[in-house]
Amino acid sequence: MSTAAQSGDPAGPTVSVPSIPEEQIVAICETYANDRHRMLDILREVQDRFRWISPKVMETVARQTGLSRIEVEGVASFYSFLSQTPKGRVTIRLCDDIVDRFAGLAEVAGIFEQELGIGMGETSGDGAFSLEYTPCIGLCDQAPAAMVNDVVVTSLTPERARQWAQALKAGTPPEEIVSERFSELTPHARATEQVENNIRHAGAVLLGPVPDSAGLKKALDMAPAQIIDTIEASGLRGCGGAGFTTGRKWRFAASEPAEKRYVLCNADEGEPGTFKDRVLLTERPHLLVEGMTIAARAVGAREGIIYLRGEYVYLRELIEEVLADRRARGLLGANILGIDGFDFDLRVQMGAGAYICGEEGALISSCEGLPGEPKTRPPFPVNRGYLGFPTVVNNVETFCHAARILDRGAQWFFDMGEEGSHGTKLFSVSGDCLNPGIYELPYGLEVRELLEMVGGEDAAAVQVGGPSGTMIARDSFHRRLTFDDLATGGAVIVFSGERNVLEIVEYYMSFFVHESCGYCTPCRVGNVFLQKAIGKFRKGLANPEDIDYLKDLSGTIIETSRCGLGMTSPNPILTTLENFPLVYSAMVKPSKDRIRATFDIQSAIEGARKLAKRRSYIYDRDFSK
Amino acid sequence: MAEPRKARIATTSLAGCFGCHMAILDIDERLIELMKLVEIDRSPLTDIKRFTQRCDIGIIEGGCCNEENVHVLRDFRRNCDVLIAIGQCAIMGGLPVMRNAIMHSDAPLRECLEEAYITGRYIRNTTHDIPNDPALPLLLDEVYPCSEVVEIDYQIPGCAPTGDVIYETLTSLLAGKFHGFDRMHIKFD
Repeated sequence: MSTAAQSGDPAGPTVSVPSIPEEQIVAICETYANDRHRMLDILREVQDRFRWISPKVMETVARQTGLSRIEVEGVASFYSFLSQTPKGRVTIRLCDDIVDRFAGLAEVAGIFEQELGIGMGETSGDGAFSLEYTPCIGLCDQAPAAMVNDVVVTSLTPERARQWAQALKAGTPPEEIVSERFSELTPHARATEQVENNIRHAGAVLLGPVPDSAGLKKALDMAPAQIIDTIEASGLRGCGGAGFTTGRKWRFAASEPAEKRYVLCNADEGEPGTFKDRVLLTERPHLLVEGMTIAARAVGAREGIIYLRGEYVYLRELIEEVLADRRARGLLGANILGIDGFDFDLRVQMGAGAYICGEEGALISSCEGLPGEPKTRPPFPVNRGYLGFPTVVNNVETFCHAARILDRGAQWFFDMGEEGSHGTKLFSVSGDCLNPGIYELPYGLEVRELLEMVGGEDAAAVQVGGPSGTMIARDSFHRRLTFDDLATGGAVIVFSGERNVLEIVEYYMSFFVHESCGYCTPCRVGNVFLQKAIGKFRKGLANPEDIDYLKDLSGTIIETSRCGLGMTSPNPILTTLENFPLVYSAMVKPSKDRIRATFDIQSAIEGARKLAKRRSYIYDRDFSK
Repeated sequence: MAEPRKARIATTSLAGCFGCHMAILDIDERLIELMKLVEIDRSPLTDIKRFTQRCDIGIIEGGCCNEENVHVLRDFRRNCDVLIAIGQCAIMGGLPVMRNAIMHSDAPLRECLEEAYITGRYIRNTTHDIPNDPALPLLLDEVYPCSEVVEIDYQIPGCAPTGDVIYETLTSLLAGKFHGFDRMHIKFD
């Protein structure tokens, strides 16, 4: 990217900003046919090229797409990777997950601040660098991690952070710091050069040997209804967390009368501690596209979208290459495998740093070029989803499973796992254990068994399913990883006895405060109150009734939010109240004579004493001194 | 047969505007009925400054913005069986709590006083002093709702609550059958 010192925008702040020629903005819009539904792509491209979305840009984009400026601004301000102030030519985003914090994030952040001469959240005066925190980027097994523009850096130590900062200061492009031969590498090699897969246990379905397109070929010999029957008979349930029966979802979408249908893949795994899809996208991208093609065949869709989270932008060209390869081999596009009239193609939709877009309604909104806000249900996406047409939205892992089921048969899959939870599941394990990484295991394992496998026997607490899941204590390690007991989208985070449970809970609440889309007041405001209340517990300022307050407020948020975020955001508090009650009761200060011991009059008047330069007539006995 | 002992009530206004006390008087002629059931001890209404004996009910208007408020509130807690916070200031801090919104300042209290007495646009203060008489109680760092300083038994919401809800609440409490508010009494929209 070239440096241009002068500011082309009258509203431009003092840091050096490249000028933004209007014709280039117009050109970008035209690349996307001035289509308002591609707003996120348009704004992402502006952001990539000019490092911010200026008010003038918004006007131009609005004019080109036939929207009002405020509608464009609504999108630009929603996503955290889009910026309305100029960002540095190199933006460094440190992953601020609790696992990264426990792995030494503070030290690493300090090194970057020191080397680059800017604080967190700042942009250097010459426009060279921006430094900021971002929530979980899906690299908890190699924390602390960071994004540097479009590349990711893992396992940061203070030394490694210093090397990176110095190389960046010397003007080395981030790609070349990853590897000097970066441009010669294949997309797959580029990805694995940046990120370890850490596959610790390969199971029979996904991570073992997988033949090419075997499932798709069998599916093409079947009628669409038979494909759905097979998927339903296999017992496959959605792997993103909610666990809806996949076959039924496909059946609903197929039976809805419509002229068009869509198949969307949710590759927006943002639940802190979840990184299984990252590994599937790296190692099994063909299987994913195969699964989507089978779904398209089953429901009668001709178009699809892979919604890839902004944090996984380093995997984009890998996926694009897979798509191109499959088109070339007749596995994607018109008349797939020579079958007349079986057309299916798909595009990659990049996200831009919004956890909520993992919620299927929000994901659809985002694909439509809107702010990533959930939609009111019903109608459900299978009835009216993307652009109002019946839409199947499934997780990456679900599509991969579907392709394997078509190859090996429903019974093969059904026989694995146990009643209600069939097949295998990818668990992404991180935190205080010897072998963090990916484990493909049949459903039904006890937490204790998994801990033995990962070298986490010393665990004092395990967070199953990420912050929106369940935190359990040692006395619950006999519980089992199934939909009916401990459901999880894959995240298993191990915490040793040295970790402060309330610190973890407070972090998770701050995460939900940050990621709430703001539509429902109880979620937007209530989570802030919950976070503050936990802060009171941590400081020892909580009253006994505050425990009831936590429960009451949590109940209100769960009951009155319209999407899964608000319905699960109080879980870190509710599950720790249930499983770690002593942690809370130990921090509570009971009143004496019904006068709050948590209110300290001496510290409350200390400031006024100094200002008034006198002592208290009431609370200082020797007030005259 | 001796008449049953009348309940003793005490009231005070802390960081409030006396609006809630006006609302108590808004009970109107029902005051006569109420006075058959209660006698008023320490209160601005009687001008009694100290508790003469233990009271059954203490009614608190206003939150705590200075040390004297805290002192009085604690005194009420020690001397009353049941404490009722009346009005938004007592319950949530109310209008005075706006000064808690001065955040991101190293000296929010000084900033608040300077704006109130010196730098504010509509201030005419010829001495350019912030009042600091030794008789003035010291301000707290923030304004606190009553429930953060002592335990509060009941809250009557409103700004100010209506005479009706105050009368209903007091009489049903005295009869031992208070079961929450009639929705119409606490519906403000």
